[in-house]
Amino acid sequence: MSDTNAAPAPEAANEVVPEPETLHGHPVTRYFGQRVVHVGRTELVGLVRTLRDEQWVQCLDLCGVDYLAHLQSDLPAGIAPERFEVVVTLISHAARERLRIRVQVPADDPSVPTLFEVHPGTEAMEREVFDMFGITFEGHPDLTRILMPEDWEGHPLRKDYGIGRIPVQFKEAPGA
Amino acid sequence: MALDLTTNGLETLDHNFVTAKVEDVVKWARTRSMWPATFGLACCALEMMGTGGAHYDLSRFGMEVFRASPRQADLMIVAGRVSQKMAPVLRQIYDQMMEPKWVISMGVCASSGGMFNNYAIVQGVDQVVPVDVYAPGCPPGPETLLHAIGTLHEKINDGELFQRREANGGAGAQLTVTQLDGQRAPQPVILGRS
Amino acid sequence: MTATDAPTDAPTHLTGEGDQEMAPRAMAGGAEVLREVGSVLRISEAEAAADAPDAETTIINMGPQHPSTHGVLRLMLELDGETVLRTKPVIGYLHTGMEKTGETLTYLQGGTNVTRMDYASPIFNELAFCLAAEELLGLELPPRAVWIRMLMSELNRITSHFLFLATNGMDLGSTSMMIYGWREREEGLRILEMITGLRMNHNFIRIGGSAADLPDGWQERLGTYLESIPPRLEEYGVLMTNQPIWRDRLQGVGVISTEEALALGATGPILRSTGYAWDLRRDLPYLAYDEVDFDVIIGSYGDCFDRYAIRLNEISESVRILWQCIERLPEGDYRIQDKKVTPPPRARIDESMEALIHHFKLFTEGFKVPEGEAYAAVESPRGELGVYLVSDGSATPYRMHVRGPSFVNLQTLPHLMRGGQIADAVAIISSVDPIMGEVDR
Repeated sequence: MSDTNAAPAPEAANEVVPEPETLHGHPVTRYFGQRVVHVGRTELVGLVRTLRDEQWVQCLDLCGVDYLAHLQSDLPAGIAPERFEVVVTLISHAARERLRIRVQVPADDPSVPTLFEVHPGTEAMEREVFDMFGITFEGHPDLTRILMPEDWEGHPLRKDYGIGRIPVQFKEAPGA
Repeated sequence: MALDLTTNGLETLDHNFVTAKVEDVVKWARTRSMWPATFGLACCALEMMGTGGAHYDLSRFGMEVFRASPRQADLMIVAGRVSQKMAPVLRQIYDQMMEPKWVISMGVCASSGGMFNNYAIVQGVDQVVPVDVYAPGCPPGPETLLHAIGTLHEKINDGELFQRREANGGAGAQLTVTQLDGQRAPQPVILGRS
Repeated sequence: MTATDAPTDAPTHLTGEGDQEMAPRAMAGGAEVLREVGSVLRISEAEAAADAPDAETTIINMGPQHPSTHGVLRLMLELDGETVLRTKPVIGYLHTGMEKTGETLTYLQGGTNVTRMDYASPIFNELAFCLAAEELLGLELPPRAVWIRMLMSELNRITSHFLFLATNGMDLGSTSMMIYGWREREEGLRILEMITGLRMNHNFIRIGGSAADLPDGWQERLGTYLESIPPRLEEYGVLMTNQPIWRDRLQGVGVISTEEALALGATGPILRSTGYAWDLRRDLPYLAYDEVDFDVIIGSYGDCFDRYAIRLNEISESVRILWQCIERLPEGDYRIQDKKVTPPPRARIDESMEALIHHFKLFTEGFKVPEGEAYAAVESPRGELGVYLVSDGSATPYRMHVRGPSFVNLQTLPHLMRGGQIADAVAIISSVDPIMGEVDR
């Protein structure tokens, strides 16, 4: 079931250095048994389309992460960490497996091509990522705020956006 | 010729007349059939609907008809957390209700923002509408909600509600009730045929 | 490139009826499979408000406060007379910033936050959150803890489905069903109160197991409840399922095909109503679902009636699982006895200074979770409820994202309503069974 693209590495002395795992040419890391593919923005839609035509029928989830406060340390070689990440979770019903795709998105150009054409179910999810992080999706049919009011300023889930707590004065309940 | 009630077939009815002050009759009418507006927002709405259910039965207070149209409702039970997007809608519904109208803020999220002290939730609906009774709990069980409704009825009946409203200026009466849930182990209840 | 072997081994425990094969479907396409004329209304507020006297279609606004008992969902419907053409669901009226709040709460407090998302079935939210955190922590739970979690999940599924039956009935005009549904729920909630202390939003499923053990006498109480359910379900069969009005109002209404449901990411009863047998409890088992017997209910037509019938029968299946839990619940610890994540028993706090300090640290600072990311999903009554947790090694999650099934399922709404009558709109919303808490988070 494993999709390694690896050809056995040439043996050197007594060591076998395993090839890093890849999927359609993109590096794969594993977290607790689950595969995570790291792909660039430009190749995202193509990869997801290929995967969909194979067996990864559904896009379960598309979310964003802001790594401003804690830069990623777990990326494979060759992938430069950026401030934002878009994480796409796919599922294959036949293989009973989930696959995660992580796309790095730079802060100065937070834009990713939309997955709407491939998986229409990402429409609302991409709107939420836009609303909460400010990442735009090129080609999205209706990229407007979905959770916050339409005229809200700021993107709440970014790390530089405060939680908005008001200081609470605890006092006695007004005479019951 | 004046109509003489005692001799026109109504002789036996004099014990069926009740005399009272107009104010008392008005208060009686107001409290005995106070119709709530459907304003269930979040988890508290489920407990509110449970209060209307068979076991806790709001119908014995004349309140089982939750009116969808705010024009027909007297009481707005704000059940749940009010987000920034919802606040103008809340005010609009409140404005559409006819006088006299009352507001019960059900649950801690409606009363003070609850556990969500953040950018998204209005920290207490009294920032938007004048509140008459605060019912604490997360969520307040049906018993607490009934206590809050009962308190409201009682305060209307003894006139204190309008006095408190005047004393508070533009705000509502702002009564707080105690939470009455979890006072004892939950008793089994299986109603109906079994 | 090594070609992926197309998995052809269909699950052997499926019955022949319906004969749904699990081979990968040749997807015709993403956006192309959706009905070509378009069902989603993409229009801004300003355009909708502008008068268009020559237009043949009207745009009306339904909600966010409306008689349908499904929370604060607002629909903008484009009507041609009584026929619904395009729809735009507007959400966000219950946005609570829970994902942001989750970043400020420790893992012990996280349950209180997550549980209020899908407030009709709060146990599932807590469960998914704890499963994701436990994956990061690498915890192995004792069997009793696992079975207790399963018991609570199925009990919550029953109460949630009764809520669905009640609101579905109410939305179609059957106020008696509303009262009956709440009557059934009442005892379920009391049992939950007996076990967890609260009727709703329990915060009972904690990392490492559950907050407390099951109280004495739970088998009798639960058994009495379970025995009372099947005759009631038969009553509902008479009141609703076999009743001509109910059938006329729900059969053929709000039809969706499997390709559309898969393309839109729908899971749960919506996907199963199209005849596609996918249930996480059986196909990607978590907890102890691979050790209990139950059937996965699927529909055939993808209409509202199928969704109603699926949920009705899922109650029976949950009752079956619960009986097995009563009989087979293993003995042992209800929570992993790992000092790092489990607070010491309250009695020990009086005796041991160490226990007191430990308790104090756990509840104020919280325990640190190793760096990493994890995604865990459960089959909630609405579909696949997933939690994606990213940890930076501190005591609070760095990013907590909840994949709420209703959020994704709501995207099917325009496609379900297209071409139907406006009077069916409420029935369709009700059959999708959205809980706005997890839609807006």
